[in-house]
Amino acid sequence: MSTTSSELHTQTLTELSQGLERGDFSSLELTRALLERIVRLDTVLNAFITVTAEDAIAAAKRADKARASGNAGALLGLPILHKDIFCTAGVRTTCGSRMLENFVSPYSATVVERLASAGAVVLGKTNMDEFAMGSSNETSYFGPVRNPWDLECSPGGSSGGSAAAVAARLAPAATGTDTGGSIRQPAALTNTVGLKPTYGRVSRYGMIAFASSLDQAGVITRSTADAALLLGVIAGFDPRDSTSVDHPVPDYVEGLAASLEGLRIGIVRQHFDAGLDAGCAKLVREALAVLESLGATLKEVDLPNLDLSVPTYYVVAPAECSSNLSRFDGVRFGHRADNPEDLFDLYCRSRGEGFGDEVKRRIMTGTYVLSAGYYDAYYLKAQRVRQLIAADFKNAFAGVDVIAGPTSPTPAFRLGDKIDDPITMYLNDIYTIGANLAGLPGISVPCGFVGRLPIGLHLVGPHFGEQRILNCAHQYERQTNFSAACPEEFR
Amino acid sequence: MSGQWEVVIGLEIHTQLATASKIFSGASTAYGAEPNTQACLIDLGYPGVLPVLNAEAVRMACKFGLAVNATVARRSVFARKNYFYPDLPKGYQISQYELPIVEHGEMYISNDAGKDKRIGITRAHLEEDAGKSIHEGFDRHSGIDLNRAGTPLLEIVSEPDLRSAKEAVAYMRKIHTLVRYLDISDGNMQEGSFRCDANVSIRPRGDKDLGTRTEIKNLNSFRFVEKAINFEIERQINVIEDGARVVQETRLYDSGRDETRSMRTKEEANDYRYFPDPDLLPVELDAAYIDAVRKSLPELPDAKQQRFVDDYGLRTDDASILTVNRQLADYFESAAAGTGAEPQVVANWVIGELSAALNRDGLDIGSSRVDAGALAGLIDRIDDKTISGKIAKQVFEAMWAGEGSADEVIEARGLRQITDTAAIEAIVEKVIAANSAQVAEYRAGKHKLIGFFVGEVMKESRGKANPAQVNALLKEKLGDR
Repeated sequence: MSTTSSELHTQTLTELSQGLERGDFSSLELTRALLERIVRLDTVLNAFITVTAEDAIAAAKRADKARASGNAGALLGLPILHKDIFCTAGVRTTCGSRMLENFVSPYSATVVERLASAGAVVLGKTNMDEFAMGSSNETSYFGPVRNPWDLECSPGGSSGGSAAAVAARLAPAATGTDTGGSIRQPAALTNTVGLKPTYGRVSRYGMIAFASSLDQAGVITRSTADAALLLGVIAGFDPRDSTSVDHPVPDYVEGLAASLEGLRIGIVRQHFDAGLDAGCAKLVREALAVLESLGATLKEVDLPNLDLSVPTYYVVAPAECSSNLSRFDGVRFGHRADNPEDLFDLYCRSRGEGFGDEVKRRIMTGTYVLSAGYYDAYYLKAQRVRQLIAADFKNAFAGVDVIAGPTSPTPAFRLGDKIDDPITMYLNDIYTIGANLAGLPGISVPCGFVGRLPIGLHLVGPHFGEQRILNCAHQYERQTNFSAACPEEFR
Repeated sequence: MSGQWEVVIGLEIHTQLATASKIFSGASTAYGAEPNTQACLIDLGYPGVLPVLNAEAVRMACKFGLAVNATVARRSVFARKNYFYPDLPKGYQISQYELPIVEHGEMYISNDAGKDKRIGITRAHLEEDAGKSIHEGFDRHSGIDLNRAGTPLLEIVSEPDLRSAKEAVAYMRKIHTLVRYLDISDGNMQEGSFRCDANVSIRPRGDKDLGTRTEIKNLNSFRFVEKAINFEIERQINVIEDGARVVQETRLYDSGRDETRSMRTKEEANDYRYFPDPDLLPVELDAAYIDAVRKSLPELPDAKQQRFVDDYGLRTDDASILTVNRQLADYFESAAAGTGAEPQVVANWVIGELSAALNRDGLDIGSSRVDAGALAGLIDRIDDKTISGKIAKQVFEAMWAGEGSADEVIEARGLRQITDTAAIEAIVEKVIAANSAQVAEYRAGKHKLIGFFVGEVMKESRGKANPAQVNALLKEKLGDR
């Protein structure tokens, strides 16, 4: 089957890889085709902060040359995007903030390096909530991203640019980061696959920190097979990240094919409480029935402290961010106020001008919960609750292999609807935050549409259980194929 | 000190650990490089970078803990101390707070009465140093040098067991000696590798409660520690005796004016918002690791001092001086082994002539111009009466000046002691003949003139006559009529 360059964008990473191998097209043709789409379509979406066209073309040429001389990295010549939170040497890294509007990192993140070594071609850097703080992409200094399924809606966040770009077929895959749901929620709202690995599975080196104990790098793709392919490249111990874990990296692609016969799937009753949109609930129940039909057994599990996950998260994450963001002080890099009167003025104005409202809100919350006299009542207590939540999951995984539920309580919401109501916005992550607090891997896989808007099925596994959730999601995807759907304007 | 007041002092000593690279990065720790040439992206706190703990710093802290009889924690935790300052790139210092690596240690000092006194060591924790702000030469701006940022420090916190500036200095000196023995710090105070903060308070003698303390920051010489503390004690006594109260505050010592000045009060102090650093795992040490470090410990200063007294029969004071520095102690031992003379004689030479020569030329023992073997050779020549003690000093100076071994110098300069009785007798007779008036006086009972005659004989022999023989012969000749 031959492919014309006008159809290349419709293919998944895995399909493109096979096409390149067969010589159906070159990486340069593929790269040019996608760059053309980005130029034409991103004016609507605003999914990109920086498009690296020249670098991409040079990299594609190198990849074609390498292939011609018999070399083949796992991703040789395949286009990807990076969330603009990953440092990329020589290309600006903004983290969606005015603070880093003109920041060019002198080094590249481990994730960026690993993908580059595998031969991937980076087309650009994607839009995101400022410093990954947000669930709608509206906190970005570079403006909100639009959801390709409904341009009036948010694609979710914080990895909203990555999700929208992949959903709109501007690139087959993108990296993302997930601190409370920032990969999985936008994936659910854009009909893409979003994988957040186990904490420590992928190096955080070079990923600008939001909340260090929760942040984890992952991927947004069009299929579970693509997610498995990319995870195999980015996973693994990194001596530069003390919290990365030296644990063997299995062949995730090979693991996809296993049967679900006998797989025990846990269902959390609270997941289907009043907070869940009725349309979503119906689709998730249908998805569970599909899994049952594939041989899995469903079993109710109890996560008694789950309702405390959002408040716990909103103590721990701001505490860590208040400290992580102290380095943006106008002294060495990033935004610096003009003509400061003195040191205090330099700090206040550089930070006051450089950070947006949501970032400031979280820095203030975090500073408060760590301050003398409040530390025990907030931070310490939150850490204890976090341990309880982790223990709940551990208990649950004694009886089940995977926990399944909705990724997000509603489909995509309209831009502007929640931005002035932080609490409602924070509740968007109610089903995803638990996995971050417990350090567990989670994946969102498309499971149907409420009206014209997609929603996601969320699967959580035990520590280093990526293979299991990928396998489960893959078998579901093969049966249902929701992820093949593409928004009309972007076909 | 005014008798009615008791002084209470605790020290926080910051020791720079002698690792080749920084505590959380691979940048060099060497001192004196061009500003900002030894600061990598991690030291600069660049976005996205992460700290990786230097295992050598942990081993050094563990060594220290074992050497002061402390508990080395099986699990210790790094925490972030948050505050804004331009020479603190991340906006927080990585330190240890609730769970330090070393706790409950002790050190013995000689107190003011010369008795052994136990000083408790509350804790010692690992942390990174900040950079340096330079406030001169930048025209209304400040310069920042981040070469020092991330240098590993061991902060050693004592109990408030010290009762005078002198005790504080004695304690600090012992810690200084110890860290150099352990090879964990060069102890260089000029370069800031060893400095301390002193917490000082006073209370009416007999009171149990502590008075309000002040903290004097960044003292980098033993002399300054003593002067700053004494100034502060006087100041606090005056404040209280004037009916006012001591304010809890941080003070700076101005060595130029020999006074302490207020830097910030408690109210102005930062809220550091400590919390465990999520970028670093807890440090977990097992028994096997701690045992291996214990086995690597050298002989410690106190043990060595006791051995020098027991095995070499040295005076305690001399043993103490010789063991202040491991190289000096080694030098002594090697010189003592190389000669048949009494070890105390060797000690006298090392503490006397050798130390004086080293001081004069500003050398340390490692670069002495007379090595231990050569000094032993010189002492042997005194011991076998080839030369007198007095001539030996001349020989030593010649050896120091590079004229060769003791034997070579004695030979070349003809300094061999005259022990031939006939030769000495000839000189004695010559002197008696030349000083008849003094001879008459002596014989009339003025026996203290013997010194005069000895001097004349020694002069005549150019110092080479054996003094004991000269004495005996003079007495014999002067008294024989």
